[in-house]
Amino acid sequence: MGIQEVWEGGITTRRVAVAGVGMTKFGQSDKSQVEMFAEAAMEAINGSNIRALDIQALFLGNVLGDFEEGQMNIAPLCAYELGMSVDAPATRIEGACASASVAIRDAFVWVASGFYDVVLAGGTERTTVMGTSLATRTFAMGSDSRYEGFTGITFPGAFAMVARLYSEKYGIPLEKLKERMAMVAVKNHKNGVKNPLAHFQKEISVETVLNSPMVADPLQLFDCCPFSDGAAAVVLASEEAIQRMTDKPVYVLGVGQGSNGPLYRQKDITRIVAREKAAFQAYRMAGLTPADIDVCELHDCFTIAEIVACEGLGFFEFGKGSSAVERGETAIGGRIPINPSGGLKSKGHPIGATGAAQAYEIVKQLRGECGDRQIEGARVGMTDTLGGDLATVVNVIYGI
Amino acid sequence: MTYPLTHKQFYEGLKAGRLQGLKCKACGAVTAPPKICCAECGATELEVILLSGRGKIKTYTVIRVAPEEFNAPYIVAMTELDEGPWVMGNVEGIDLTKPVGDLTGTKVRCGCRIVPPAKYTGGEGVVLTFSPA
Repeated sequence: MGIQEVWEGGITTRRVAVAGVGMTKFGQSDKSQVEMFAEAAMEAINGSNIRALDIQALFLGNVLGDFEEGQMNIAPLCAYELGMSVDAPATRIEGACASASVAIRDAFVWVASGFYDVVLAGGTERTTVMGTSLATRTFAMGSDSRYEGFTGITFPGAFAMVARLYSEKYGIPLEKLKERMAMVAVKNHKNGVKNPLAHFQKEISVETVLNSPMVADPLQLFDCCPFSDGAAAVVLASEEAIQRMTDKPVYVLGVGQGSNGPLYRQKDITRIVAREKAAFQAYRMAGLTPADIDVCELHDCFTIAEIVACEGLGFFEFGKGSSAVERGETAIGGRIPINPSGGLKSKGHPIGATGAAQAYEIVKQLRGECGDRQIEGARVGMTDTLGGDLATVVNVIYGI
Repeated sequence: MTYPLTHKQFYEGLKAGRLQGLKCKACGAVTAPPKICCAECGATELEVILLSGRGKIKTYTVIRVAPEEFNAPYIVAMTELDEGPWVMGNVEGIDLTKPVGDLTGTKVRCGCRIVPPAKYTGGEGVVLTFSPA
């Protein structure tokens, strides 16, 4: 089957499912990136009824390991740590904050196409050890280093520009928009309290957000997700192999990935086109529409990011996303629950691992294993992960 | 094929007071900063032209938590040049000790500032600056 047929037909050669999943508690850790990944991966391997030697390849998201620990080529070190075979390729994948989802999508394509039967995908990151100044600097390396970086732009700054443009474009006064942005943070913290693996397990109020220090006008501290440490991993296998690995396979129904240029080329950054393309690919491959999604883990690196994401994914009309959170439509129990895990805001954001943590949550939701934050009857879930200069977005749709 | 206008040539132009762009011979669009092909249609038949340096601010932020090597507060903005392209730069001439009014739509003129080379910067940088006109 050629690429054209896959693109036009939206079909793959065979179905792929998730067996075991694993995740460390996100927060501040004294463990190394290799150690954290080993913990998450062992949980996924043990939950798959296989040995590490059965894994045919590792796809590992890791963004700033070089700056964090002076560690490059981390993928084979993680593979070896787990006891994987020397003849299994281990590859580091970097797509800024989308890395682990890029890894999962990549892993899916290799299994769907028949090249591998059983693979391990995920990510690891140890951001807190850098301190705020270096972390802010290295995260900003996701911008265009020739034509944006020297302005001193930061990621909060990029999304601050999105917020201002959004307010201007849709005629929503900035103060009103900021109140709604704060409600996103409140919702996600409320959800995080119910997630034992979340970085923060503490409710906040709209006042907490609006009284917090300004980071990049108009984004305040509590509009921003934290710097976190952590790792997450999933085992993916073919439809045939999965039968002996779990009695609760969660199928990958569709994947998509889009790639765009720097912010200044994208111009109207209230519309993140890389996401619209990625989501379209995923919906088409799955034969589904936004209305079919029961639960979504999306990229709330900043409160405004959740608002624009829920529009880009087709859950709300463009310009209507901010009023949706005010109406409770995205809460647990709402029309389209978003970020029941607590999202990046409360669950945390170890950037190389985040995509796999979103997958972990969706898989657990579809298996009915989320306790107080369970979305009743969820059968189809979606992850949305964005990296760098709004430049890489990956969407994955899962179903049972 | 040769790169039509490298970042270094773009920077040198700025330092000499010239804001350069690439005019597409196929579709007429202007690409700035430069790329190997037209930002609108992808054609590689491009000619270097001089831009007016005039534009208006489309969106901006006041950075209060700076990365290493930078000192907050300062303003980062995206400006739409009169010729069409959007560019990122720093707004100058605004008193940041007072609340900053709404800068969206402000007409500006481009200048530049040199950022000396530091660790991980790939050499010297030249940033666009925007002064309210």
